[in-house]
Amino acid sequence: MKITVNMNGAERSAEAEPRTLLVDFIRTKLGMTGTHIGCDTSNCGACTVLLDGRPVKSCTVLAVQVEGKNITTVEGLAKGGKLHPIQEGFHAEHGLQCGFCTPGMMLVGAALIEANPHPTEDEIRWGISGNICRCTGYMNIVKAIQHAAAANAAENIAGVA
Amino acid sequence: MFPAAFDYIAPGALDEVLSLLSQHGDDAKVLAGGQSLIPLLKLRFASPVIVIDIGRVDGLEGIRQENGHVRIGARTRHRDVESATDLRGTLDVLLDAAPLISDPLIRNMGTVGGSICHADPAGDWGAVMLAVGAEFVVRSSGGERVLPAVGFFEGPFTTGLHADEVMTEIRIPVGAGRSGGTYLKLERKVGDFASVATAVHVVLGGDGRISSAGIGLCAVGAQSIKATAAEAALVGQTPSDAVIAEAARLAGAAAEPKADIRGSAEYKRDVARVFVQRGLHTAINRAQGATA
Amino acid sequence: MAVDTTEAEAARQAMGGIGVSLPRKEDARFIHGQGHYVDDVVLPGMLHMVVVRSPHAHARIRGIDTSAAMAIPGVIAVVTGELLAQHKLAWMPTLSGDTQAVLATDKVRFQGQEVACVIAETKYIAEDAAALVSVDYEPLQAVTTPQQALAAGAPVIRDEKEGQTDNKIYHWEAGDAAATDAAFARAAKVVKLSTYYPRCHPSPLETCGCVADLDPVTGNATIYMTSQAPHAHRTLFAIVAGLPEEKIRIISPDLGGGFGNKVPIYPGYVVATAASLLIGRPVKWIEDRTENLISTGFARDYYMDGEMAIDEDGKFIGLRAHLLSDNGAFFADAQPSKFKAGLFHIVTGSYDIPAAHIVADGAYTNKAPGGVAYRCSFRVTEASYLIERLVENIAVELGEDPVTTRLNNFIQPEAFPYHSASGFEYDSGDYPAAMKVALDMLGYDELRKEQAEKRAKGELMGIGVASFTEVVGAGKGKDYDIAGLRMFDSAELRVHPTGKAILKLGVKSQGQGHETTFAQIVAEELGIPASDIEVREGDTDNTPFGLGTYASRSTPVGGAATAMVARKLRDKGKLIAAHLFEADVADIEFDHGKYIVKGSPDNVKTIQDIAFAAYTNLPEGLEAGLEGVTYYDPPNMTFPFGTYMVVVDIDKGTGQVKVRRMVAVDDCGVRINPMIVEGQIHGGLTEGFGIAFMELITFDDEGNCIGSNFMDYLIPTAWETPRFELGETVTPSPHHPIGAKGVGESATVGSPAAFVNAVIDALSHLGITNIDMPVTSDKVWAALRSKGVTE
Repeated sequence: MKITVNMNGAERSAEAEPRTLLVDFIRTKLGMTGTHIGCDTSNCGACTVLLDGRPVKSCTVLAVQVEGKNITTVEGLAKGGKLHPIQEGFHAEHGLQCGFCTPGMMLVGAALIEANPHPTEDEIRWGISGNICRCTGYMNIVKAIQHAAAANAAENIAGVA
Repeated sequence: MFPAAFDYIAPGALDEVLSLLSQHGDDAKVLAGGQSLIPLLKLRFASPVIVIDIGRVDGLEGIRQENGHVRIGARTRHRDVESATDLRGTLDVLLDAAPLISDPLIRNMGTVGGSICHADPAGDWGAVMLAVGAEFVVRSSGGERVLPAVGFFEGPFTTGLHADEVMTEIRIPVGAGRSGGTYLKLERKVGDFASVATAVHVVLGGDGRISSAGIGLCAVGAQSIKATAAEAALVGQTPSDAVIAEAARLAGAAAEPKADIRGSAEYKRDVARVFVQRGLHTAINRAQGATA
Repeated sequence: MAVDTTEAEAARQAMGGIGVSLPRKEDARFIHGQGHYVDDVVLPGMLHMVVVRSPHAHARIRGIDTSAAMAIPGVIAVVTGELLAQHKLAWMPTLSGDTQAVLATDKVRFQGQEVACVIAETKYIAEDAAALVSVDYEPLQAVTTPQQALAAGAPVIRDEKEGQTDNKIYHWEAGDAAATDAAFARAAKVVKLSTYYPRCHPSPLETCGCVADLDPVTGNATIYMTSQAPHAHRTLFAIVAGLPEEKIRIISPDLGGGFGNKVPIYPGYVVATAASLLIGRPVKWIEDRTENLISTGFARDYYMDGEMAIDEDGKFIGLRAHLLSDNGAFFADAQPSKFKAGLFHIVTGSYDIPAAHIVADGAYTNKAPGGVAYRCSFRVTEASYLIERLVENIAVELGEDPVTTRLNNFIQPEAFPYHSASGFEYDSGDYPAAMKVALDMLGYDELRKEQAEKRAKGELMGIGVASFTEVVGAGKGKDYDIAGLRMFDSAELRVHPTGKAILKLGVKSQGQGHETTFAQIVAEELGIPASDIEVREGDTDNTPFGLGTYASRSTPVGGAATAMVARKLRDKGKLIAAHLFEADVADIEFDHGKYIVKGSPDNVKTIQDIAFAAYTNLPEGLEAGLEGVTYYDPPNMTFPFGTYMVVVDIDKGTGQVKVRRMVAVDDCGVRINPMIVEGQIHGGLTEGFGIAFMELITFDDEGNCIGSNFMDYLIPTAWETPRFELGETVTPSPHHPIGAKGVGESATVGSPAAFVNAVIDALSHLGITNIDMPVTSDKVWAALRSKGVTE
C-alpha cells in the first residue's frame, strides 16, 4: 500500500507492506540512513524519530500507523545549512564517539529542550533514559544537551533584544 | 526482526472497529499504541490475519473528572497520565506509576488501555487499577459491559475481555475523604519490567482512621494481585507503625512469586512486604497532609 | 611575558598538537546523520541473507529440508553446511588455532549456531523463508559449565576432532612454581579468594554484518565488513576462502562501536562472501541483536582462585592464581597465539610480589565461542579484577584500611623498569602518586568517618578502592602475533605540494576519534595544523598493512608509527631545507614546522615551503615527494595504571546498591587529546559499571541463553550510570616516541573491582566477603539475609 508522511517538512510517499516497520520504511523505502537499528526490541533508541514532535522508537511503530503524520529524523535537524543547537552541542562537548546512537540522542535532546528549556541534569538523564549509548558514558551527552539549552536561551534573549 | 505479513485496516469510527472484530474474532488483533503488540509481532509470538488499528478512532483519549470518577480514555498515552498533575492528591498512585512505565519514548506511544488489555503480570497498570478499584468499560457490537478490575486479570496475558470487544475507558472512583497513594517499583534499569512493584492507595476518614485501602501487587504472581487481607487489616484502623507492618506482612504473604533471573521467590516476597510498608507510610503521610 | 604566553597558547591551539582538546574532525558527518555504516551500503542487485540458527545447545543434525523455504517467491538460495563442504568451506580456522563450523554439518554445539543461510531479494522475504527451513535435530546432553565439561563421563563436544577424547582445550602456566611454594611455606598469613568473572558481551550498538560483492568476471572481491582489523581479516579470508589476496578488498566503514566484538571472523561473513561468489550478486548480511548476543564474541567466563602469601609485616611475598576458562564450543579467542590465557599473567598487578605462579586450563562447553577481550587487552580485565578483589579481602583479614595495604605493597616509583615475577617488564609508573590524587579528590578520610557514623546507626555505606595496572599495546612482534601475523602496526604519511597531508593507518577506529588524535600527532611532529591532515583507515586497498584496533594498541603502536613516519619526513625535509638555504644539512634545525639554519633564526622555511619544494625544487639526487611509511614494532608493551574509588549506599530492604560517587585517576602517559581521553574513560567506566552490576550472559541447564536481547542483557542508561569525577597523573612511557600508553580500556579493566570492593566494604563487617558479579540487588539481599540483616 502507498504510505505518505510529512518527512522533515516535505511530503514523501512510498509503497510498503502493512508490516513494514517505520525504521525500515525510512531507511529502505525513503533511502535515509541516519536512523539506525540497534536492538530490534525497543530498548536502545538508535531508531528514535520524532512523531508529531515527540520522540518514539521507529522499530516499534508500523509505517502505516504514521500515515499523514509529521516525522522528524536527524536529517531534518539542520535548517538551511545551519546546525541545530543540539548538533552544535554534541560537537562542542564531545557528546558522540562512534556516532551510532547520536541521531536518536540528538532528537530526544532536541525534543527535551523544546518542552523544557531549562532542564536540570536529572531531568536530562531521565529524559534520555530510553536511549542507550555504549561509548560516552553519558557525561558529555548531558553536557551537550545543556550546551544546546544554553544556546537556545542565549538566542531567545538576543531575539527579544 | 519483523512481523509476518498481515492485513491492516485503520477505521475512523468505533462501530466499524467493532463490526470488524465480530467478523474476524481471534484472527484479528487490535493495535493501539503498539508498544506491546508490535514486539509480539516481531518475535512472531503473534501472527494475526488482520491488524485493526484504532489509532484513528475519535473519542478514545483524554482524562477527565466527572460524576465522582476519573475517566481515562483507553487510548490515552502513558505520557499523558504522567503529565496529568491535577490528579495529585486524589490519585497519587497513578502519577507515581506513570513515569515508571518502561522508558520516556515508549510512554509517548504506549496506551493505558492497551497495557491493561495486554495483561502482562509484570505490567504496571494492573496493580494500580486493583489498588484504586477501577472499572473498565468495554464495547462490542452487542453493546457495552463494565468490568471491575478485580477479577479482570485472569492469568498471564489473559483477561475477561472477549475477542470481539474493545476497551474504551477506565473509570476510577474518587470519593470523599483525604486520600494518598504511591507506586514503588524495583526494576533493574530504566525500561525494564518490574521485578516487584506495589501500588498503594488509602483514604482517611474525618476521624483520622483509614476508611478504605487498596493494595495491588505487580510481577509477583500469574497476574496482578489485590492484597485483600492486607487491605482488610487496614480499614477502620488508626494508622500506626504496627498496623502498617502487619498489613505489609499480609501483603507479602499474598504474593505468589516465582524464582527467576531477577531473584528468588523469597526475595520478591520480602521486597513486596518492604515496599508495601514504605508505600503505606508515604500514602498515609500524604493523606494526612491533604485537605479533604 | 603574559602576552607571549597567550600568543604561544593560541598558536598551540591553532596547530592542534599534542595536549590540545581539539573538537573532533569526524563529528560533522555523524551529527548530520551521514555516518556510513555497513548497513547503509546499498549496491545494485544486492541480495539479503538471513541465518538459520540452532535452537538447541547440543544436537545431532539428522537432516535439513529447505524445500518450503525455496518455494517462497524471491528466495534465491538456501545454503547449508553440506553445500559449503563441497567447496571445503564448512569449517574455518579460528584466531586461536582451533577450527569452527561455518555452517553445522554433523552436530550443533551451541544455541544460536549457524545451520543454514537463506538468500533472498529482500530481508523480509529472507526472514519469512528462514522460518520455513526445517532441521531435524536429535538433542544431546548439553554441557554448560567447564566443571561439567571436565568431569569424567562428560559428553565429548568436539568429537569431530581427531584425537580429542575429552573437553580439554589447553593447559598453560606462567611464573615460578617452586619459588612460589617456598614463599607460601614461610608465609605468616595466606588469604584466598575464589571468584567467577561471568560471561558478558561487548554489545556495540551496531551489530556485526557485511556486504560481500564478488565480481564473477574479474574475480575482484569487495567486502564491506564490521571489522576492527581489516588487514588481518583480508589475509585470513584469503587463507580460509582460497581467494587471491590481491583481489580482496575489505572496507571497514564507520563502525558503531566494537569493544572487541568486531575482531573475530564470523560464519556470516564467510557464507555471504561464498554466496556472492556463487550467485554473482552482492549479498548483505546484518545480524539482529539476538544473533549478536548469542553467537558472536563474548567476554570473560573465567573461574578464578587466587591466594596471597603475606609475611609478618603485611608484605605480599607470593601469589598463586588458578583459572578455568569456559571457551564455548570452539576455541576462537582473539589473543596472541603464544598465550593461551591471554595476558592474564599480569595478575601481580601494581604490587611488588617476588614470586608468582599462574595455572590456566580451558574447556569446551555447549556455549557460544569466540572469547574476546571486551574493552580489554587479552584477559587483563580478569587479572586485574582478581588481584584487586583479593587485596580488598587481604585488607579485611588483616584489619587494615585497604589504602594502607596497597601503599605497603605497591611497586615503588624508583623500581621501574620493573620485572614482574610472571615475566613482564613494566615500563614506568608512580602508583602512590595516583593513589594520593584519588584520596584527595574523594575526601577519603571524611568519608571513612561518615561510614563509621552510619554503621553505628545500622546503615550500609562502602568505599571501594582499586589500583590497577594494565599491559597494552602489543607486540613486540617477536613475542606477540595473531594467527602468525606479528603485532606491529603501520602509518603512511604523504604531504602534498600545498602542505596538506594525508595519513593512512593500519588501525581502525570504532569511535575512538582516530581522525583527530592521529592528525594531532602529525601536527605536533611536523607543524602542519591538524585541520590540514586527513586520516584514512579501514580500506585495505588504500592503507598500509596493520593488525588493527583492539587491546588498546592504536596509540601505543599505530600512534608510535605515526610519530616515526612524521620524523622520517621531517628528516627528509632537512635535506630539502639545506638545499633551499644552500647550507649544510648538519646546520639545519627544526622546530614545530619551521626549518632554520643554526644561528639565523629569522630566515625561516616552513614545512609548507619544504613540501612545495619536495615536488618543485629538489637537490640533485634526492627522490621527489614528501611521503613515507613506517611499520612500527614496539620494543615493549606499555603499562597504564590508575586508582579508582567508589562510594556506595546499600538499601537493606531491597539490596539495591546506589553508587554515590566515582573518582577515577588515570595515568596513561602523555595525553594527546585530553577531551577524547576523558571520553574514553567515561565510556570505559560505564561499561565497567554495567559489568559490575548488570551485564550478564547466562544459560539454563539445557544451554538456553539467558541474556539474548536488550530486555535481558542489561546495559546501563544515563539514569543508572554514576557521574564520574576524573583525575590524572602523567608518567610517560619511556620507550614510546611521544610517551603515550593507551587509555581505551583502562576504565573497564580497573573499575569493576572498585565497584565490587565498595559493596564488600559496606558489608565486610557483617562477615560478607564476596559477591560475584553482576552484583544484583537480589544477591546483596540474600547475603544480608544470610547474616540476619533485614528491614
